[in-house]
Amino acid sequence: MAVFRTTLLAAVAALGLTGAADAADISGAGATFPYPIYAKWAEGYKAKTGININYQSIGSGGGIKQITAKTVDFGATDMPLKGEQLAKDSLAQWPMVMGGVVPIVNVAGIQPGQLKLDGKTLAGIYLGKIKQWNDPAIVQLNPGLTLPNKAIASVHRSDGSGTNFLFTYYLSQVDAEFKETVGSNTSVAFPSGLGGKGNEGVAALTSRTDGAIGYVEYAYALQNKMAYTLLRNHDGNFVAPEMKSFQAAAANANWSSAPGFGVLLTNQPGKDSWPITGSTLILMHKQQKDPQRAKQVLDFFDWAYRHGDQLAEQLHYVPMPDNIVGTIEESWKHIVGPDGKPVWTGPGS
Amino acid sequence: MSAEGTALARGAARARRGTLPDRAFHALTLLFALLVLLILSGVVFALISGALPALGEFGFGFLTTQAWNPVTEKFGALAPIYGTLVTSAIAMLIAIPVAFGVALFITELSPNWLKRPLATMIELLAAIPSIIYGIWGLFVLAPFVQQYIQPALIETLGQIPGIGLLFAGPPLGIGVLTAGFILAIMVLPFISSIMREVFETVPAVLKESTYALGATTTEVVWQVVLPYTRLGVVGGILLGLGRALGETMAVTFVIGNSHRIHASILQPGTTISAALANEFTEAVGDLYLSSLIALGLILFAITFIVLALAKLLLLRLDRQAGR
Repeated sequence: MAVFRTTLLAAVAALGLTGAADAADISGAGATFPYPIYAKWAEGYKAKTGININYQSIGSGGGIKQITAKTVDFGATDMPLKGEQLAKDSLAQWPMVMGGVVPIVNVAGIQPGQLKLDGKTLAGIYLGKIKQWNDPAIVQLNPGLTLPNKAIASVHRSDGSGTNFLFTYYLSQVDAEFKETVGSNTSVAFPSGLGGKGNEGVAALTSRTDGAIGYVEYAYALQNKMAYTLLRNHDGNFVAPEMKSFQAAAANANWSSAPGFGVLLTNQPGKDSWPITGSTLILMHKQQKDPQRAKQVLDFFDWAYRHGDQLAEQLHYVPMPDNIVGTIEESWKHIVGPDGKPVWTGPGS
Repeated sequence: MSAEGTALARGAARARRGTLPDRAFHALTLLFALLVLLILSGVVFALISGALPALGEFGFGFLTTQAWNPVTEKFGALAPIYGTLVTSAIAMLIAIPVAFGVALFITELSPNWLKRPLATMIELLAAIPSIIYGIWGLFVLAPFVQQYIQPALIETLGQIPGIGLLFAGPPLGIGVLTAGFILAIMVLPFISSIMREVFETVPAVLKESTYALGATTTEVVWQVVLPYTRLGVVGGILLGLGRALGETMAVTFVIGNSHRIHASILQPGTTISAALANEFTEAVGDLYLSSLIALGLILFAITFIVLALAKLLLLRLDRQAGR
């Protein structure tokens, strides 16, 4: 699977090389999580305008490095950059699309949506404190369910990723001990459990190991028909991972509270909010040498906001709410050409 | 000096210098040879310069601590080094006797009609890409190990005080032992096909005369075949060990990728190459990246030491044999 990704990368890189002569080509690199939707949007946009968008899904870390080195037109990251880092490299940042992280289990007899968990229990499992499926903490949350006397194999991401960041950020929010001993980052040192590479690696390990629990992006849980769990949210309700609960989390967020829209949607209030929701972000330089080219890039994102919602929902991503899109496009006025004028002044300008 | 003598001397000198195409060819091959050296030293240089920040920060402690925490930026290489050595050791423990048996059967005991197909099949094992081994390991071998082999090990060997620690813990399927199994299967064809080839180089007259003296097959193997082919056998084993130490993809699938040293070989671990494959793409932060490069440098050093030891061993064997 990893080799498949490498081949894909090589193919994308090769496309990038052959297309390098064409000035109309837009290049981006970064997070793997939004790759399917960016690719879909790029396809739709090319069919409409003839402009090619090459997106290399090399990971958030790589995306940040490439945009800082100015080798691509835009970078993409799942972990928002902090205000000071944005200021240091003079970068603009905004969210493009949202998604959710979903716990999945492989316990004989447990169907999708049957098992209920809360943040504390999840943190206990990943800290290695809750070792058996019939631990009182889990039994107490699931009165009607017979849980086996079987060891829990917790599966985590072995590579750095935005999914990891969201998951550990949420657990750190709800459990002080998790925050203290593990913390939150794109890659962390889990005290116990198995590591799988990528969402596909975690999904494969979980489905092949009896008694396993893992966490993947929503789309992976859905495609692989894995037994997802319900989670108790901030308001104390058990919610299922679905488009509606992700949108509920986004609706309650205060987007202007962090520089570059770097708001994390985990543990949001609201009775329907899914607790592990996140957005994936775009990075662009605020000082553009070639305003024409920068405008083309922003035209693409504008098109994606306006016409890409249906494609996003088909792939189980959550589109940005319309009122936030307005605020985001407003913020694009800080992206300027050498003459100090904004490169993008509105759709079709 | 006679005219004839000078002509001869001139001819000899020309032969030494060679004609123009000869000299061009000489220069070209020299260039290729130097190119290999240049690439090798370039790799070493890049590894060392990349690893310097991490080695400067953690010093010798990098080799002796097992903390691997990207959040606090504390890195130590002990867990991957341990994992690399232990998985390779398990692999060799299983693969060497089996490979020896396979090679011996094909060269000495097998009926003639079976020799060719058997040898070809073993060589085909070597042609399977490592990613296929990884997928097979994850989807077939690991669940099998979790259901049957590990519970059996825990209930038998795991109950013995002392070595029981090696086989303790819940059966997860994924782990150091499973990685060792996969590696054993992967290196088996390399070792056995080299052993088979060197066993075939033993002159028939040697074996036949030993048989004529009344020796049994076992005696022929131990007294004639093995001493005659010792170098080749050790070479084959080392080739297998080299492959086991550096194998990446298949191990990454089944080892569990956890930067932790467990006493039990049933628990997850990691190897140097698996850690690199997993973490390189999203290593944010210079110290993190540098620590990964330092891991690469250590793998390079381990392989180098293994090969150097092997050469020394062979030299000593040669001297003992009086060759």
